[in-house]
Amino acid sequence: MTATNTIAAPAYSTGAGSTNDTSSALRFITCGSVDDGKSTLIGRLLVDSKAVLQDQLANVSKSGEADLALFTDGLSAEREQGITIDVAYRYFATPTRKFIIGDAPGHEQYTRNMVTAASSAHAAVVLVDATKLKWNVDGLVDLLPQTRRHSLLVNLLRVPGIIFAVNKLDALGDDATAAFAKISEALQAFAQQAGIAVTATIPMSALKGHNVVEATPGWCGYQGPSLLALLETLPVTAAETDVPFAFPVQWVEKFHNSADTTQGRRVFWGRVATGTVQVGDTVSIHPSGQTAVVAQVVNHARVPGSVAAGHGAGITLDREVDVSRGDWLLAQVTPAADPDDEFADTPKPRAFAEATREIKATVAWMDDEPLVAGRVYLALHGHRWIKAKVKRIVHSLDINTLQEHDATEIAPNAIGHIELALQEAITAVPYAQSRVLGSLILVDTATHKTSGALLLS
Amino acid sequence: MNAMTEPTHFDRLSNQHLDALEEETIFILREVAAAFERPALLFSGGKDSLVMLKCAEKAFGVGRIPYPLLMIDTGHNFHEVTDFRDFRAKELGAELIVRSVEDSMARGTVRLAHPGESRNVHQSVTLLEAIDEFRFDALIGGARRDEEKARAKERIFSHRDSFGQWQPKAQRPELWTLFNTRLQPGEHFRVFPISNWTELDVWQYIEREKIALPSLYYTHKRDVVERKGLLVPVTELTPPKEGETIESRDVRFRTVGDITCTCPVESLAATAADIVIETLAADVSERGATRMDDKTSEASMEKRKKDGYF
Repeated sequence: MTATNTIAAPAYSTGAGSTNDTSSALRFITCGSVDDGKSTLIGRLLVDSKAVLQDQLANVSKSGEADLALFTDGLSAEREQGITIDVAYRYFATPTRKFIIGDAPGHEQYTRNMVTAASSAHAAVVLVDATKLKWNVDGLVDLLPQTRRHSLLVNLLRVPGIIFAVNKLDALGDDATAAFAKISEALQAFAQQAGIAVTATIPMSALKGHNVVEATPGWCGYQGPSLLALLETLPVTAAETDVPFAFPVQWVEKFHNSADTTQGRRVFWGRVATGTVQVGDTVSIHPSGQTAVVAQVVNHARVPGSVAAGHGAGITLDREVDVSRGDWLLAQVTPAADPDDEFADTPKPRAFAEATREIKATVAWMDDEPLVAGRVYLALHGHRWIKAKVKRIVHSLDINTLQEHDATEIAPNAIGHIELALQEAITAVPYAQSRVLGSLILVDTATHKTSGALLLS
Repeated sequence: MNAMTEPTHFDRLSNQHLDALEEETIFILREVAAAFERPALLFSGGKDSLVMLKCAEKAFGVGRIPYPLLMIDTGHNFHEVTDFRDFRAKELGAELIVRSVEDSMARGTVRLAHPGESRNVHQSVTLLEAIDEFRFDALIGGARRDEEKARAKERIFSHRDSFGQWQPKAQRPELWTLFNTRLQPGEHFRVFPISNWTELDVWQYIEREKIALPSLYYTHKRDVVERKGLLVPVTELTPPKEGETIESRDVRFRTVGDITCTCPVESLAATAADIVIETLAADVSERGATRMDDKTSEASMEKRKKDGYF
């Protein structure tokens, strides 16, 4: 038996923003308290899609019947105390797609866990427990605070697909159809008010399996796809290709395969944050401000081509310039056409704003100690470490409503708005425009704990 | 060569997602190279570490892996695997460091409760000694989150304190792809680039990339005895117990660890493509089918990880 050294060229998309790419694994999170049937839902997805094997099933079966909820409590401390400590990742696949579930516990340190799981998710399933809802005198439904909270959080993190799964409708018997209609109405009203684009609202019984893996046509008046069928067709994160090219340099490799010395002799590796890169593009290097032309682009596995946002790339420049890990390659925008010429055929490329040392951000605080103004933290932006001083706490947010309140500190698991001064300027883009350029983490200088997640305003 | 008897199921199985998994793994391998001063890649010669090595070749170019390979040898490894490990390391021109549990026993840092005890657990001691010796600040491992429940909770960049301990309640949140790799002196990271792969993904990738494996992974005749629902290989270290019948069976290993606690499964699968099909149809997990030592307690892996186990 001999090993081969050939590097097979994997099928790889050179197209920009292939938003219907269902070949990639879909990462989704489930939101809701344990009592809402979250564990049962995950168990149902795993069992019905045959991701759970006999020995694992035997571990959670009592008198022959599997307790679906038991799959999701992995740690002995969790089983002993009956609580869930941390995000767990679970996997299953159908013939057409692989899935990664970020299983964030609902009631314990919810903000921290949910922000962690949501930061990389393509979709969120927000469970609504139909049996817990209160009906007010007008026959309208009051949503539970946790439904609002979870929805607002995943929307704040810009999880692209948000699905409401109205669970336990089987427990309502004959009233289920009417109840689902009313609950849908309430969810729609809330989503509209909060500016949340909802992908779907599905009536469900995780316990009985209705509309989880198999669709139950007509049940509760719903004719749409099952949750799984929907997840199979959801796009992964829409590539941020309408923003100019930005590329954080992760690792610098000395160029060694070419005798051509007219090119730069190093390859800059990383993942394209926004836009697309191809040979001939002019880039500027942040922070040095030098410019160069892209001489070669290869994908993550060294196959030549153009590379779009979200994918790994290796970039060679046409000249020797000082670039190291942590620097950014940014689109060098050619001088814009006459700004008064509103009839210009081609849209003018948008440039990044000037790099800045003053930033405003929404912070999700994760440390056990509250965030106070005046402290200096280490901030990570792309692959660049910068010192960051908290200048001002603008206000904290009520996590249930996102209403603003005056505050002097941000408590553990709370969310607020802050202003920071940076030691070095960064190219800051609002998180709403770019999940990569618009996000930073704060790390405690003393403990090295990851203390906060910043979403730039 | 991959003549399939029932190709329909396999044909329907997409392997496009492997590109994304490979891309993520390469991103992590490069991050380790860039963010740490003295990383090492744990390399056993098993399928998961061979998959990592293939990704490392793509990440850094053939023959240019920028960190040494480290093997903690229990002295109870299958020679087919250690031979293959040496062959592969040489072929790659990689530096291979082997540290053995035997040496720790000679130093007195490992004491066995009885001579026949599995040395698997004691690897932690030898590993931590190697970390000390070489002042490694990051160890890359081929563990997957689908292997068992405690792993499902572990971060890709898993912080370990100065005793090598994993503290599940104090894990650093892992946000976006902003990996906090900051360390205090004496601490290190365990990094798991194939966290998000499953056993099936690994076999699909081996099949797609034509990755060579030790022969043990494919069907062969072996003397075994049946014990508690497992097939126990008959070796010097694992002799049959009284009353057990030795049978020659067609078997393969789904995982190749310490001889004293690794069992084969009955199989005629001769190629990676055959194994992909078998894995699809499997109804027992990799650990459930093959590991004697994990059966004792549901929490045994978690406890061992807390003690510094990989």
